[in-house]
Amino acid sequence: MKTEERPTGPPPTRRRRHWTKRANPVAGLGSVLWLAVVIVPIYAMLSASLTSQDKALTGNPLTPPTSPTLDNYNTVLNSGFGHLLSNTAIVAVAVVAIVLTLSVPLAYVAVRTRNRWSGMAFRLFLLGVAIPAQAVVVPLYLLIAKLDLYDSLLAVILPTAAFAMPVSVLVLVGTLRDVSEELYEAMALDGASPQRMLFQLAIPMAKGGISTVVIYSALQAWNGFLFPLIFTQSDGPRVLTLGLFNYVSQFGVNIPALLASVVLSGIPIFAVYLVARRALVGGLMGVGGK
Amino acid sequence: MSATKVSTTVPTKHPPATAKPGKAHAGRPHAAWALPGVLFFAFFAVVPMGVAFYLSFTTWDGLGDPQPVGLDNWQKLINDDRMVQSLWLTVLLTAASWVFQTVVALLLGVWAAGHQRNRAVLSAIFFVPFLLSSTAIALLFYALLDPNFGIIQKNTLGSSSGAFLAIVFVGGWQFIPFHTLIYQGGARQIPDVLYQAAAIDGAGRYRQFFSITLPQLRHTITTSTVLMVVGSLTYFETVLILTKGGPGTDTAILPYLMYEAGFKSYDFGYASAIASFLVVAATGLSLILVRLTGFGGMRSTREGM
Repeated sequence: MKTEERPTGPPPTRRRRHWTKRANPVAGLGSVLWLAVVIVPIYAMLSASLTSQDKALTGNPLTPPTSPTLDNYNTVLNSGFGHLLSNTAIVAVAVVAIVLTLSVPLAYVAVRTRNRWSGMAFRLFLLGVAIPAQAVVVPLYLLIAKLDLYDSLLAVILPTAAFAMPVSVLVLVGTLRDVSEELYEAMALDGASPQRMLFQLAIPMAKGGISTVVIYSALQAWNGFLFPLIFTQSDGPRVLTLGLFNYVSQFGVNIPALLASVVLSGIPIFAVYLVARRALVGGLMGVGGK
Repeated sequence: MSATKVSTTVPTKHPPATAKPGKAHAGRPHAAWALPGVLFFAFFAVVPMGVAFYLSFTTWDGLGDPQPVGLDNWQKLINDDRMVQSLWLTVLLTAASWVFQTVVALLLGVWAAGHQRNRAVLSAIFFVPFLLSSTAIALLFYALLDPNFGIIQKNTLGSSSGAFLAIVFVGGWQFIPFHTLIYQGGARQIPDVLYQAAAIDGAGRYRQFFSITLPQLRHTITTSTVLMVVGSLTYFETVLILTKGGPGTDTAILPYLMYEAGFKSYDFGYASAIASFLVVAATGLSLILVRLTGFGGMRSTREGM
């Protein structure tokens, strides 16, 4: 996954000359402007979350806190934050597992089997990208209630996985399409079964696409809001996003505590970002395909 | 992406074997392998869509059984002033978001595809908003736009244009990092030879951008546009948290209207009519986009090279 350095490819000097032939002041200015747009809200959030509530209402969030305090973080952590976090982690892991198990064979068939049915399946998922989750919440609500899943983590996991599938299938088809036919033929000469080709050729060659799918579906699960909002109710299966939403009424005007909860909710993904930035960024790049 | 690298070079050396007319399938998997995935998706997405369509011809409050009422909900939909306003608003929001996000993401993405150190550092910072969920971001701006507390000590969300612009901005703030990444990936794959050839022909930086970068990014633009359009048709958290559709009903986009009809007023029949409309609109739009750009046709941007 190359994001900044290019270990292979043409010598860097040639590439570099092309991009830096002469300075581009417009682009430079633009990037600095956007930097401000990104940084200012984040800074204000961090600074306000460290301010005590009574001071926050009188001061401006852009001035650094005079006497920083962790009280707001304590308030949030004592409001069941850990429980929300573990629920969300369970949902994310389950969604990734379901999506991978179902999408990889599907994409493999869509690429390798040339008949009407596999073409139709592919087209179904191509259109599936456009199905907004909002459009199906009412019938899904009915379905979830009939399956006796209402107010459980499964009620969040199953629809989230289903709605992560279209993009996942498209990404995987895009990657698997690039595995050349000769390689399959070579394996066929060795008498390999389709299963062996999947596990020993297609999956290793499609690692990039698979990591994209893992990251994409994990993020869908992590950030999902509508399904938890409609399909769960009690504290038991509450996930992070819904917990944050409830903090609005729980903390009321305690905006510093609200912002502290926002900061805390971002920390797990931020940690992943710090540790595996290349995999994360490279994987997400794959959603765009080629 | 390593697989991508291999494939773009291999077929140029050998004629693509996939084009062979012969049917000597070298160990093709059985189509039934796709069945579990298709069934699962159908059960949780396609069938419910059909049910939503059916429910749009009924009246149902969530308890008891839906009662058929013919075209009542659809008639109500056509005659509902809020619906007209909401539709117009959704179109406007989608268009404004598309312009804002595409312009910024395309420029940033192409810029970030360069290889200087500062670009890598800045790109890493630019990506941070995407690490927060829509809920978290909506809450952040809900706090920052609070008239008593926020950066702008004005009631931004209290005016209709302010609330609308806030939603466009917050959506962009969240999704531009992702689309920048897509464009960055796309721009990296443009072969350097094209630029070298253009430079030899004396094309300047802006000429190169419009004659090479943009055309070469056409598939990327399609993908990103489809994701953006479908995404902004369905902004929901942002509206729910930031404005609750207000002031009045001035930011009540279609998904929010549906949510209110269904889960606030318990008029599931009417909510389903709105939902069905949303599906038709989203599917129609992406079909048009995909058709216009030939994305489904498994063609490559490298054609003819």
